[in-house]
Amino acid sequence: MLTVVCIKQVPDTTQVQIDPVTNTLVREGIPFIANPYDTHALEEALRMKDKFGMRVVAISMGPPNAEATLRKALAVGVDEAILLSDRAFGGADTLATSNVLSAAIKKLHEIEEVGLVLCGKQTIDGDTAQVGPGIATRNRYSQLTLVDRVESVDLLHKKIRVRRKLEGRHEVVEAPLPAMLTVVRELNRPRYPTVPLRLESEELEVKVWNNEVLKLDVNSIGLKGSPTWVSRIFSPQREKGEIVGDGLSDPKGTSRLLLEKLLSKDLLPV
Amino acid sequence: MTPNFNIYAPLLIASLLLFSWSCYRRFSLVAVGKPEDRFQEPGRRLLDVLLYAFGQKRVIARQFGLNHAIIFWAFVILLIANGEFLLAGLFPEVSLAVLPESLHHLLLLAFDAVSLLALAAVALAAIRRLFFAPDYMATSYASPRSLEAFLILGSIALLMLAYFGLHGALIAMGKGPAAAYMPVSALAAKILAAVPAENLQPLTSFFWWLHAIVLLLFMNYLPHSKHMHILTAIPNCFFASLEKPNTASREEFARGETFGAGSVDQLAWKDLLDGFSCTECGRCQSACPAVATGKPLNPRQVVHDIKINLLKGRLDQEKFQAGQPLIGDGEGSVSEDAIWSCTTCGACMAACPVFIEQMPKIVKMRRHLVQMKARFPEELLNLFENMEGRSNPWGIAPTDRTKWYSTLEVKPFAANESEYLLYVGCAGSFDSRQKHVTVALATILNASGVSWGILGKEELCCGDSLRRLGNEFVFDRMAKQNVKLFKDKGITKIITQCPHCFTTLKNDYRQYGLELEVTHHSEFIDSLLTSGKLKLNHQVTELGRIAIHDSCYLGRHNDVYEPPRQVIRAITGSAPVELERNHQNSFCCGAGGGRMWMEEHQGSRINLNRIEEALATKPDTLCVSCPYCLTMFTDGLKDLQSDQTQVKDIAEVVAEGLRPAAVSI
Repeated sequence: MLTVVCIKQVPDTTQVQIDPVTNTLVREGIPFIANPYDTHALEEALRMKDKFGMRVVAISMGPPNAEATLRKALAVGVDEAILLSDRAFGGADTLATSNVLSAAIKKLHEIEEVGLVLCGKQTIDGDTAQVGPGIATRNRYSQLTLVDRVESVDLLHKKIRVRRKLEGRHEVVEAPLPAMLTVVRELNRPRYPTVPLRLESEELEVKVWNNEVLKLDVNSIGLKGSPTWVSRIFSPQREKGEIVGDGLSDPKGTSRLLLEKLLSKDLLPV
Repeated sequence: MTPNFNIYAPLLIASLLLFSWSCYRRFSLVAVGKPEDRFQEPGRRLLDVLLYAFGQKRVIARQFGLNHAIIFWAFVILLIANGEFLLAGLFPEVSLAVLPESLHHLLLLAFDAVSLLALAAVALAAIRRLFFAPDYMATSYASPRSLEAFLILGSIALLMLAYFGLHGALIAMGKGPAAAYMPVSALAAKILAAVPAENLQPLTSFFWWLHAIVLLLFMNYLPHSKHMHILTAIPNCFFASLEKPNTASREEFARGETFGAGSVDQLAWKDLLDGFSCTECGRCQSACPAVATGKPLNPRQVVHDIKINLLKGRLDQEKFQAGQPLIGDGEGSVSEDAIWSCTTCGACMAACPVFIEQMPKIVKMRRHLVQMKARFPEELLNLFENMEGRSNPWGIAPTDRTKWYSTLEVKPFAANESEYLLYVGCAGSFDSRQKHVTVALATILNASGVSWGILGKEELCCGDSLRRLGNEFVFDRMAKQNVKLFKDKGITKIITQCPHCFTTLKNDYRQYGLELEVTHHSEFIDSLLTSGKLKLNHQVTELGRIAIHDSCYLGRHNDVYEPPRQVIRAITGSAPVELERNHQNSFCCGAGGGRMWMEEHQGSRINLNRIEEALATKPDTLCVSCPYCLTMFTDGLKDLQSDQTQVKDIAEVVAEGLRPAAVSI
């Protein structure tokens, strides 16, 4: 049985600035990283491999340079990495992206039964949290979002039980496999690659699938297949801040003052 | 006196065979270690042996060291006497009397004298162990009052007493033609004069056999005890590392290899010889900041555990089978907590009289944990990723590297325009406190007319923390990137403001074929003052009483002690106040070896230990030369809520003297 983990290469948002004139991201010199939530999905997939011996395939849709991110997945031990890359995939919104990813997963399923698809709960650049559910819907998989613990996996009866992290509560749910999980950071601590694995991975190949492989209708992918587009990006004006109290001379009193201010403005979830 | 050949000969041969077999077994275990060339510069090595083994330089540097030196020299001289003794038992014609008479008499006098001195030294050692043993002699596996210690001291004492008894009895029987040259034996003869004449012959036999049996038993006890060091300590001094102590060997990253040391046979042979050279004196333990603050690490225990682990292993047809894991719990294994507690300050290595290399063993085990197991304290995950992804420990955008000089005019390095590269370093670029130091240093360089430039956004981290933490794989990449960058830019002279960058560029990168002239800013400022290029506007008095702290990586690891002191003398007119532990005995701030990036969960805090020592000298300013020390001591002072003292870098202290000039900091 196969575990597929979806990883997106995103600009390192701690360094992203928005060009005030063009309202687009200033990408020059900004390094790319694996979407942080996806690294937790990757870790969980590797744990499935360690525990049940499931093969793990990492897929990513993106430009050719997204290979670097998939290489990192190979370095921690995924069995196969596939980059879904084609000019025709470019400019995709979440719907068009889901179409491509679902098709790739279906194609993998033709060779080996897919049991689990793991995604991060959202990406840090788009923040929509729609692609994972999009895949589940298109492939008719159980949809388990915001997973912070995998309680059990029963491969014999093809069942999975997970805990979902919701606002102010947890929810334990059981669902049949195949299932698509989106995961939160609390799920696990991503592993660090060992050197032997890194060295082995350097000789592995990142496969590239373009639309000749997936054979999707060009109207369902890329810019053409995207009913939504970004009209403007801007940084909201920050309200003027204030310094509350004196933390050095009176840390306790200042903390109290700060809490009162935050609570009175309803800025803290209680 | 000649013993019965038929009893003595088999006894001697059996003893020698057993001794040889025990030694063979131990040395074949040492040989399971990885190969490492420790024969380069044999001349320098021999000089070190003369100075440190025969000269006992490090031994006598501490309390009761002289005591040991006496026993050591007695041993060396008495080797001649004992050689004669053992052989003469088989072949009575073997005698030192064949030597020229004056030389023979001189030797007899020496034997008598050193035997007496050794007897006194052994007695003193026993009294010390019994009544006023220092704390550091004790550890989990050894006590100052251990049976082993007294067996050894007792054996030596018995040998001396038997020697005097034997020769005293011989003289009393009138068989001592050279009695005039054997004053102590002659004294023994006077005492034995009371013994009836017919009993003297049996008494001679008794002392002879006592001497022979104690000698043979002691010889066979050696390989099984810490006293093995009398065989290994001299070679250990010869094979001592000639590298700087923090410069670990490179690893070759090829598929199918293992990295670091996860079992004793993955350590180098010298690491294993170290185990048999340790006499458990406890000096490394007494110097170690981890021990002083109650951490689970004890450098002496590490050496001991490696030895025990090795002894528990088996050699099957030259293939080593470990008896227990090297990294783990219990005697014979080193715990992960111990491995991560090391600050790589090198105090243990500086203290060891026989050049045991405790710290490199710890780094090798870290390499195994990080590279083979990906197992390390969780705080380090961010560090490793930040270093690899953004080439700095905090993961700050590399584009921010130039933010420190917003108010200054700073030129990028250009090979034909700048003489020196100021390698700002990560702390100097990103740490808000250290940025003030960078500005102070830049101000000093400008005021001195030095031609310098920076790499700005192109600068990369040197990788020091990665190397000390055992992440050699990523360090290796960063080192190669930096070496290429320096070569491409035509950089040959570098000024650093961080002892960690300093040592990494200067010593570690040499392994990558890069020979740079690297100068720490304290040395550079010293040379600017000496040459008259830097002229201050006034003598620095506003910082009051200035105490000085030696950073480990500048002092112990690179022997730079005087430049910062000379700078302070030059700019204030008086010498800095010394802390109790100074120069090579300086005490770590707690941040070296990658400890900067880890929590200090166990024991008390190392920085507080040092700060309390500093505060005892009532300084107004504590002068440091390292960004880690600056952070650790600033934190320590906050913790102690001490506002009498401020911590300043040497560059800031100097820049004080430039204040009324056009540039202010």
